[in-house]
Amino acid sequence: MIEVDNLRVTFALGKKRVEAVRGVSFEIREGECVALVGESGSGKSVTARSLVGLAGPGAGVETDTFTVAGRDVRGFAARDWRRLRGRFAGLILQDALVSLDPLRTVGAEIGEVLRVHDIGDRRDRPHRVQRLLTDVHVPEPERRARQYPHQLSGGLRQRALIASAIAGGPRLLIADEPTTALDATVQAQILRLLAERHEAGETLLLISHDLAVVSRLADRVLVMKDGRIAEAGSTRTILTGAGHPYTRELVAAASGRRRATTVEPGDVVAEATALRKVYGDRTVVKDFGLTIRRGEIVGLVGESGSGKTTVAQLLFGLAEATSGHVRFEGRDFSGVPERARRPIRRRLQLIAQDPLSAFDPRWTVRRILGEALGAGESPEPILERVGLGADVLDRYPRQLSGGQRQRVAVARAIAPRPSLIICDEPVSALDVSVQAQVLDLLAQIREDDGTALLFISHDLGVIRDIADRVLVMHDGRVVEQGPVQAVFDHAGHEYTRALLAAVPTLEVAP
Amino acid sequence: MIRAVTRRVVTGVAVLWAAATAAYLALLAAPGDIVDSIIGDGADTPQIRAEIISEWNLDRPAVVQYLDYLWRAAQGDLGRSYLLHRPVHDVIGGQILPTLKLAAAAAVFGVLLALILAVTTRHRWVRRASSTAELFLVSTPPFLIGIVLLSVFSFRFGIFPVSGDRGGAALVLPAITLGLPIAGVLAQVLRDGLDRALDEPFAVTARARGLRERAVLIRHALRHALMPAVTMLGWLSGVLLGGVVIIEQVFGRPGLGQVTLQAVGNGDMPVVLAVVVLAAVVFVVISTLADLAYLLIDPRLRRS
Repeated sequence: MIEVDNLRVTFALGKKRVEAVRGVSFEIREGECVALVGESGSGKSVTARSLVGLAGPGAGVETDTFTVAGRDVRGFAARDWRRLRGRFAGLILQDALVSLDPLRTVGAEIGEVLRVHDIGDRRDRPHRVQRLLTDVHVPEPERRARQYPHQLSGGLRQRALIASAIAGGPRLLIADEPTTALDATVQAQILRLLAERHEAGETLLLISHDLAVVSRLADRVLVMKDGRIAEAGSTRTILTGAGHPYTRELVAAASGRRRATTVEPGDVVAEATALRKVYGDRTVVKDFGLTIRRGEIVGLVGESGSGKTTVAQLLFGLAEATSGHVRFEGRDFSGVPERARRPIRRRLQLIAQDPLSAFDPRWTVRRILGEALGAGESPEPILERVGLGADVLDRYPRQLSGGQRQRVAVARAIAPRPSLIICDEPVSALDVSVQAQVLDLLAQIREDDGTALLFISHDLGVIRDIADRVLVMHDGRVVEQGPVQAVFDHAGHEYTRALLAAVPTLEVAP
Repeated sequence: MIRAVTRRVVTGVAVLWAAATAAYLALLAAPGDIVDSIIGDGADTPQIRAEIISEWNLDRPAVVQYLDYLWRAAQGDLGRSYLLHRPVHDVIGGQILPTLKLAAAAAVFGVLLALILAVTTRHRWVRRASSTAELFLVSTPPFLIGIVLLSVFSFRFGIFPVSGDRGGAALVLPAITLGLPIAGVLAQVLRDGLDRALDEPFAVTARARGLRERAVLIRHALRHALMPAVTMLGWLSGVLLGGVVIIEQVFGRPGLGQVTLQAVGNGDMPVVLAVVVLAAVVFVVISTLADLAYLLIDPRLRRS
């Protein structure tokens, strides 16, 4: 169906040209499900988009052989490509909130494919749109078609995006990180839907940074690194007998691994009792209680909207609880003016999900750390602890890789020697192999300093690897809590079991 | 939606009240007697003084004077010009039409030209040429543009009349003069908005459906690019108000600009106050329209 030999893609960067893809060869046969796996910047998205002539503005694409559906596409004019797009191949991107036009209704977006390719009778199109929405299991298709992307939940939105990709009846579906922005249970549903399309005969090209996500679906896996294919083979071979060290690293990262020796818990650091937060007529946190001791890592798990971020804000003193108390290091931390909190503020630190927006973009690393360190303290030792060299000191946040940035965030958090660090999805924005390194680092910090960590995440796999205890939140309430092993092995609450079932694990497709 | 509109109307009324009050305070704060301020350079007789005192209730307590002034202003009664011996209402009403025509024509011309420029000049040298021309227009004083247009099209080729307000032909050059800088700024804003929208994932999705680039631009990106342009509407009302005063002078057109200039020159306070309040009305109307336009363009803002 698709044959590519020696694909090279370059982009203009000022006067120079940078190579994003450096000689990639592969083929996709009718009815296959192929996964393209690699870190951000490995060239996997550019490779996939080149297949429909959308490598990007200013991209130079060269190949030795390039056939799509039996036609040589080298020298294709814009209109030749347009005929392929939507009709032969459908593209599904990461987050439907931005991948569907936010100013247009879902129905208009799906119907656009039909209009452009002149499919079916004009008056019949609204019905076709509803049928497509039914095909991707969107309930009440008539009402949903009239709604805008922001009015739909993440899962429904992603389904609508898939409906728009399959509207033209394409034989090939290209899904670029189709579930990355979604909660675990929703991710599982979307993967099931893609599997369903595959069974119905569509060829799938899945692009992901996470081997675990694609392993259940894919027949074959192509592992990309630095613009080249590092390794290719059947999913079974890749998972069980990978030859390339990078592939082994990916497999290890996706399998998860218990880190952190348990540290004997010390004195109580922070204590929350009967926290309750009401916004308008919605109660987002109900009766939340938590005690964290020195040296403990407590995991707080829940899907978006479960109230876990609000809990973090209440503990951090960014929002005032409607009722209940927070005590930190034996002092009242809620219900007091900010002035009273300020002397112990430095003992409580935060690591956010996206360090790029948590840093002042105009500050160098030196200045970022300087603010956190005491006067006269030099930043080098703290950088060394987080595994960075002094060479990053004079760089700006955007000049660092995602992993380096999160290490700087960790360095800034540990610099004032806090007793508690609240980590809000600290690794969710990172590639899996980098995730593993940052988790190792956090576990090490706890072991060395005895700092307590409150680790908030929607990713159960991450929590299992690092936390001692776990609290599961659902609809603003803690539905289950206990030692991490006990909760994972014998989940008592049905919601916890659903969450656990949705965690992608390395599996070989039957 | 209804709540948003109601809130907008209430704030609009509040702005008008503030403008009317500020104008009134300015009258009080002017040096000398209020009666002197209102007379300005007009005839000063005991009879006129008596008229002013009774019209402005100057013999009654300050609170009553102020409330009565507001009450009259709310009813559209803007007082009397003792210089022109006519109600202010008539002075302004008689001149407002030519100004409205000019402002509307300039706004329509400017917005249309900006849209055409931003959409058609997307690539390579055309884009650079257009962008340079826009910056040139923005940085040139409007009266200079007006004089150049006059000398070419009226004096040299005689296509359009030199001055006055007779027929549509007399409107062409003034509207272009006032509209060109507007087009320059808006085209830049729109082009920037289009660039950003075309970089968004939804544009990639749209292309992946097989849409032409032009269709992606018009059906998807343009609405996104309109948002920052709508923000410029407030600025636009300022440019129009300030611009007409100058343009009407250059082209010898009747209108509010002439009236304002004379009123300021002769110290005709009642007329000046009315113009201030009118400017506030224009501003409130335009910014209300802008807020409604946001709601119309972006469904995400419609949530209460």
